[in-house]
Amino acid sequence: MSEHGAGAAHATTGTYLRIAAILVMITLIEVGVFYVPAFQTVLVPLLLFLSAVKFTLVVMFYMHLKFDNRFFAFLFGGPLLLALVVIVSLLLIFYGAVRLRTGM
Amino acid sequence: MTHGSAHAHEAHRTSMGVDSRKMAFWAFIGSECLLFGSLIATYLVYKGRSLVGPYPHEILNIPFTSFSTFDLLMSSLAMVLALAAVQRGDMKQGKLWLLVTALLGLVFLGGQFWEFSHFLHEGLGLTTNLFGSTFYVLTGTHGAHVTVGVIWLLTLWIQALRGKLGPKQALTVEITGLYWHFVDVVWIVIFTVVYLIQ
Repeated sequence: MSEHGAGAAHATTGTYLRIAAILVMITLIEVGVFYVPAFQTVLVPLLLFLSAVKFTLVVMFYMHLKFDNRFFAFLFGGPLLLALVVIVSLLLIFYGAVRLRTGM
Repeated sequence: MTHGSAHAHEAHRTSMGVDSRKMAFWAFIGSECLLFGSLIATYLVYKGRSLVGPYPHEILNIPFTSFSTFDLLMSSLAMVLALAAVQRGDMKQGKLWLLVTALLGLVFLGGQFWEFSHFLHEGLGLTTNLFGSTFYVLTGTHGAHVTVGVIWLLTLWIQALRGKLGPKQALTVEITGLYWHFVDVVWIVIFTVVYLIQ
């Protein structure tokens, strides 16, 4: 698989414009659900999901990871996974410690 | 491709068949994931633990930040259009989209400057409370990355104006694009974690 200029061979200007339109629509939905009280119970998972979709679209199509050498996906995905593990672990440790201290 | 440029291109290839500059840059982006991951983790750990105000729900301006998010998303679109133009040798379009990307980056930075000034006026400084400390460090680090990106883009644009940027330098534009899109995806996360999930 070629790594140089491969993205341009697979993604056209039309694809870039469609991705941009989807990104804008998702952003509008994000802001919309933020203001709608009915979504308050599912707001956090919904916003995290929408954010993850936007993140994936930019990385796959604008950064060309979908079409590029898989080694680049490893170089990016490995540290990204580690960062997520660090975030979740810190939150579990911190809030676990708070719960133990307060008995809640 | 001339023999000389082919030789120059081969000089950057690794034994894996990938370009060493692009591989190094993806490794750098990986390290940046860990930097922003640690800053986001710190923000989340101290979220809701400020003893004094201003608190996030009192001060964050969602409509304004939504515009900044839209601006940065459009700059990413401009960046891929610039790369596509340079790759097909259309330097007129390439120069235009590089400039548009840099200008949209400047608009984002102007917005962030206004936001920080407004927050300072409202009494939220770096040491006011835990929210202020973690907010300024996280969004300020991101803003510093945007500033570097704008300078980088303007440098490329000047090179293009001087006729020193063409299809043979497409990889340079692609690497700039990788940096710019990474700055964009970091903002996608910050917008959700800091602004929308209060």
